[in-house]
Amino acid sequence: MNTATKLVGLAALATTIAVAAAGCSASAGSGGPVATTAPPNSVDLRMTVWTSNEDQLALFDSIAEEYKSDHPEIKSITFESLPFADYNTTLTTQIAGGNSPDLAWMGDLSKDLIASDALVPLTDTLSETKGWDYDDLLGSVTAEFTADDQLYAYPFSNSPFALYVNESLLAEAGQTLDTDNLTWDQVSAVGSAANAATGKGGFVIRDFNYASWNTLATVWTGWGASAWNEDGTECTFDSDEMVKAFQFLHDAIYVDKSMPGPGTTADFFAGDSAFTIAQVSRASLLDGSFEYAVYPLPAGPEGTYSVIGQAGVGVLESSAHVQEATDFLAFLTNPENAAKLAQFFPPPRESLLTGEKLAEVNTKLTAEQLQTVVVDQISDAVTLPNHTSPAEIAQKAKTALDAMWTPDADVESVLSSVCTAIDPLLAK
Amino acid sequence: MARRDALTGYLFISPQLIGVLVFVLIPVGLAIYYSLNDWNIFTGELQFVGGDHYAALLEDPQLPSVLGATAIFSGGVVALNIALGLALAVMLNRRFRGVTLFRTLFFSPVVVSVVAWTLVWGFLLQDNGGINGFLAQFGVVGPNWLQEGPTAMAAVIVTQVVRSVGINMVLFLSALQGVPGELYEAARIDGARNSTMFTRITLPLISPTLLLTAIITIVGALQAFAQIAVLTQGGPGLSTTVLVYYVFQQAFDFNNIGYGSTLALMLLTFVMLLTVLQWQLRRKWVFYED
Repeated sequence: MNTATKLVGLAALATTIAVAAAGCSASAGSGGPVATTAPPNSVDLRMTVWTSNEDQLALFDSIAEEYKSDHPEIKSITFESLPFADYNTTLTTQIAGGNSPDLAWMGDLSKDLIASDALVPLTDTLSETKGWDYDDLLGSVTAEFTADDQLYAYPFSNSPFALYVNESLLAEAGQTLDTDNLTWDQVSAVGSAANAATGKGGFVIRDFNYASWNTLATVWTGWGASAWNEDGTECTFDSDEMVKAFQFLHDAIYVDKSMPGPGTTADFFAGDSAFTIAQVSRASLLDGSFEYAVYPLPAGPEGTYSVIGQAGVGVLESSAHVQEATDFLAFLTNPENAAKLAQFFPPPRESLLTGEKLAEVNTKLTAEQLQTVVVDQISDAVTLPNHTSPAEIAQKAKTALDAMWTPDADVESVLSSVCTAIDPLLAK
Repeated sequence: MARRDALTGYLFISPQLIGVLVFVLIPVGLAIYYSLNDWNIFTGELQFVGGDHYAALLEDPQLPSVLGATAIFSGGVVALNIALGLALAVMLNRRFRGVTLFRTLFFSPVVVSVVAWTLVWGFLLQDNGGINGFLAQFGVVGPNWLQEGPTAMAAVIVTQVVRSVGINMVLFLSALQGVPGELYEAARIDGARNSTMFTRITLPLISPTLLLTAIITIVGALQAFAQIAVLTQGGPGLSTTVLVYYVFQQAFDFNNIGYGSTLALMLLTFVMLLTVLQWQLRRKWVFYED
């Protein structure tokens, strides 16, 4: 063996040892079940998010720095903020253009991603990661991101919808609420009186804007209605329950004037309405300019209910670093980091879900309020309607529902036209 | 020497040629390719489907409404834009105090970002917005502009016209100033009225500009996207869903890249046919063509 051959052999051995060492340290750092074989300083991870909140991004950066310090193979971890309104379009364009992120936040795109096998299954990795405590996850919040017993995205945010009340406006209108027996009829009656007395809006379904009809699930669930059947194959917009729910909304807009009509802007958090239905996470918008209270959703004819809006984070199969990205996700969502994330996002872990724990990091709501409107709601909550081809279903149903928002609309026939529009998509 | 001249010629046109190749011909070629395939963008799989997407054009229940909205929008924009542009140009083709101010005023919306412009109009056109607030001062209850089909379309057309009429006004102004004054003088001596001078002298002599503005306005109207996306998102119903917006929805919102490409090619064909038709008709329309 000549000297050159020896040198090459030594270099190869050194590289193998370095790679092995990097792998060992990666495994030890997160307690993960798999070891990376990536050479040091060779992996750039990118995660798309829709937040641009500096505090949230700073927290992500600090968790990423902590991870990097134990994982020499990681060169950088970046969090790319995409505008929420165009998030799905931008993410799918990145995937189509071969510029897929390694990890991504997802909302209603999750069904399409799971159905296309575009996400990495996480159950085995997370449950085998030392100290991760997979059984701590609530079944009610993982269902949305689970298929064939595999979790495909960690539901990092599970924010129940709640009724926000502008108590200053109600006092100005001489109205009081029977908060022990909150019903939609009561909210509409008080909202109507507040509108008549002050000219401000009654109740506003936040983010609905006469377009995002899925947010109306926060109302129609109280009537026992749903957008489609359980397996998502048949439209149920034309059910009796849905007709009654939409009749309630239509009367609220055009008869009782308790809900601002289409084209009218009324922002609860700017003091423009008496009530709003919004996620608990929106409490951050309360600036103290009026007295407020927060309650669980009002009861409908079918009794009490709760609805949550969810967001998950998953690893994309198209990532060039699936193993490293999955390992980082396990670290990002381990019990310690989940507790840090809970200051911004209602967590999916049972151990973190107590009013007192949430109040430690939430300055807007009291422990009692958080217990009532978050903790007590999550375990039995339904999620907003979600299906494969979400954008196409949303647009087709919206186009049909536009006919609802006129004073003389025929509620039953409009809802029937919604089913005609979306049934072919549900049957796909 | 001839070869050297040819090479120099090609070098001169190469920047434009490369631009057309990269930004027009290759994308059009790719659109044709995608229109023949189903592309699952999540997995990157392409499946050849032949003419299925072209056949789907005939079965798409929304397409007739979309084409109808496109025709109304384009027709409205072209008619209003050219008429208003010409009227403004005729009014401002005179010498009077403040004429430069008025010319600047009418042209200024052209340089405003279309999104910013449309956002402001969106606020004004709300049910409780500025326009209805103004009408209420006179006891008039304004319509819910963006929530009712006909008024939504009218609002989108007017928003587009007011923003872009300045370009046509400037082009017409330039053409009007090129019409020799002695022709009007001679006509006046012959006893011609103002309306006769306008139809017999002005219009024929500015007809090349009329042709140009007609082409650029119709192409611009067929490509309108941002104002629809910001103001109405195609609603209510499909009343303001024009073809470009529909292409965007299909390709980028619904991830039907294949069908979206097919619709884009249909739009390209429309634009090309209209342009060729106008170009062919120029002999009849345009005074200087013979």
